[in-house]
Amino acid sequence: MNNMSVCKSHRERLAKTVVDLPRSGIRDFFDIVAQMKEVISLGVGEPDFTTPWHVREGAIYSLEQGHTGYTSNLGMPKLRKAISGYVERTFGPSYHPDKEILITVGVSEALDLAVRALCNPGDEVIYHEPCYVSYRPLITLAHAVPVVAETKAEDGFRVTAAQLRPLITDRTKILMLNFPNNPTGGGLRAEDVKDIAALAVEKDLIVITDEIYAELTYDRPHVSIAAMPGMRDRTIFLHGFSKALAMTGWRIGYACAPPELTEAMMRIHQYTMLCAPIMSQEAAYQALQQPERDIAEMKESYWRRRNFLHAAFTSMGLPCQKPEGAFYMFPEIRELGVTAKDFALGLLDKEQVAAVPGTAFGPCGEGHIRCCYATSMEDLKVAVTRIERYINGFK
Amino acid sequence: MDKYAFLFVPTPTGELSMDSLLSLLRENARVSLEDAALQLDLSPEEVAAQIQALEDQGVIRAYQAIINDEKLADDAVTAVIEVNVTPEREGGFDHIASRISRYPEVTSMYLMSGQYDLMLFVEGPDLRTIANFVSARLSSIPGVTGTATHFRLKTYKHHGVLMETDEQYERLQVSP
Repeated sequence: MNNMSVCKSHRERLAKTVVDLPRSGIRDFFDIVAQMKEVISLGVGEPDFTTPWHVREGAIYSLEQGHTGYTSNLGMPKLRKAISGYVERTFGPSYHPDKEILITVGVSEALDLAVRALCNPGDEVIYHEPCYVSYRPLITLAHAVPVVAETKAEDGFRVTAAQLRPLITDRTKILMLNFPNNPTGGGLRAEDVKDIAALAVEKDLIVITDEIYAELTYDRPHVSIAAMPGMRDRTIFLHGFSKALAMTGWRIGYACAPPELTEAMMRIHQYTMLCAPIMSQEAAYQALQQPERDIAEMKESYWRRRNFLHAAFTSMGLPCQKPEGAFYMFPEIRELGVTAKDFALGLLDKEQVAAVPGTAFGPCGEGHIRCCYATSMEDLKVAVTRIERYINGFK
Repeated sequence: MDKYAFLFVPTPTGELSMDSLLSLLRENARVSLEDAALQLDLSPEEVAAQIQALEDQGVIRAYQAIINDEKLADDAVTAVIEVNVTPEREGGFDHIASRISRYPEVTSMYLMSGQYDLMLFVEGPDLRTIANFVSARLSSIPGVTGTATHFRLKTYKHHGVLMETDEQYERLQVSP
């Protein structure tokens, strides 16, 4: 009887970093929405297009041919070569397919690899909020210190060199950027990118730039920081197929970086992931056979819906930046005197429209909701009518 | 590259929004002027003027509904007819093609490269009507040297529209 050991709870056994990790605000909200019926959702973070047929067909063919094995850790050579060509003609910088490109399981994995490959405990990583839900947790999981630059509606949700400069200390190692931005739709102007690049060079920072929405930039050409003078060799350029090519479920992203950084990321990737799934790599290769045509068609459709939704929010008196890219709008609901979470819960309850509270993307997202317009025009129209009725209830 | 200029160019210029307007109308010709204006970032008057211009230029020829015939109760028949003709010394294929295309039974017609010259889509209430059309009218036109008639068995896709809708895939309602 006496040699019975004291049994710890599982919670006590967990790693402290994980215990302290907050649940994603999106996850909480998802659980509520999942229980409801007849919801019009503006809460998604993915295209409403299905992957172009020739891409799906290419993947089916590769399966028929029996391509079901592992690939090189870096990813299939033909895919890396295709990526190298696409990145150079679309963004400018040239990356060697054999040692500067790593195929990952979505940009999410690439972000994790990049941060982990570079950070020692206590290193500081500057990123901007509101931002994609994984940024802060990934930095924390790498035992680094997250340092936030808050972006604001009045600045078009841009981050500027002037704003970043005071946040830089002698522990700062990385600057993370994500433009066009999820959740705000904000984009950087060419001069912003130039100034930030100059600051990164001056302060000897590595820049991790997540440009997954780059092709979905509407009002001006997208400018990559990797193309700025002196930046190619201090930038980890992250991109993928999910958004502009409607391939979220395939989970294919990639990192382009100087050989030593690519090798470091690959070292983690080979032990954790081994390689990205071969069928998805085959699909990605197929997607790069005519990406411009596929993207142009989908982009035009997002552009139309962006115009529609922005006009609708403006006419109902909801302050809203016209997004420069991606497929999100981040209207302000502050003046209604309600928190973002309560607004979103009320909207769901009273009008069966799902939009994500801005706070899911960082505390400074308070006062905003994220509305994704990658949904049908019919649904957008109904959603707009319901949202207007809902906000009129506050007046 | 011009075709993809939209990818990297700022807000579409007049010319580009004309393209955008056409692709919007191709998707849904019933879109209202107000709706089209909101989506294209133009005023309803501008959209109306552009549509008028496209109609005047003959770019837009007509507006039609795309119908799944198989849902209809009638037994209408569609045939594809390959036609060989002797081109005329003056006017080539155009004169004879014009004569054939005026028959209301002919719903579409193209000049083709390859084994035969003209391809006709012909519709009729039943098989006999189409057979009559081929033997009595089409074959007797001077210059028509031969025909081959193929009857449609099933329509899978018409004018870019699939006739059977895939089962709706349930996308996550909320995702990051």
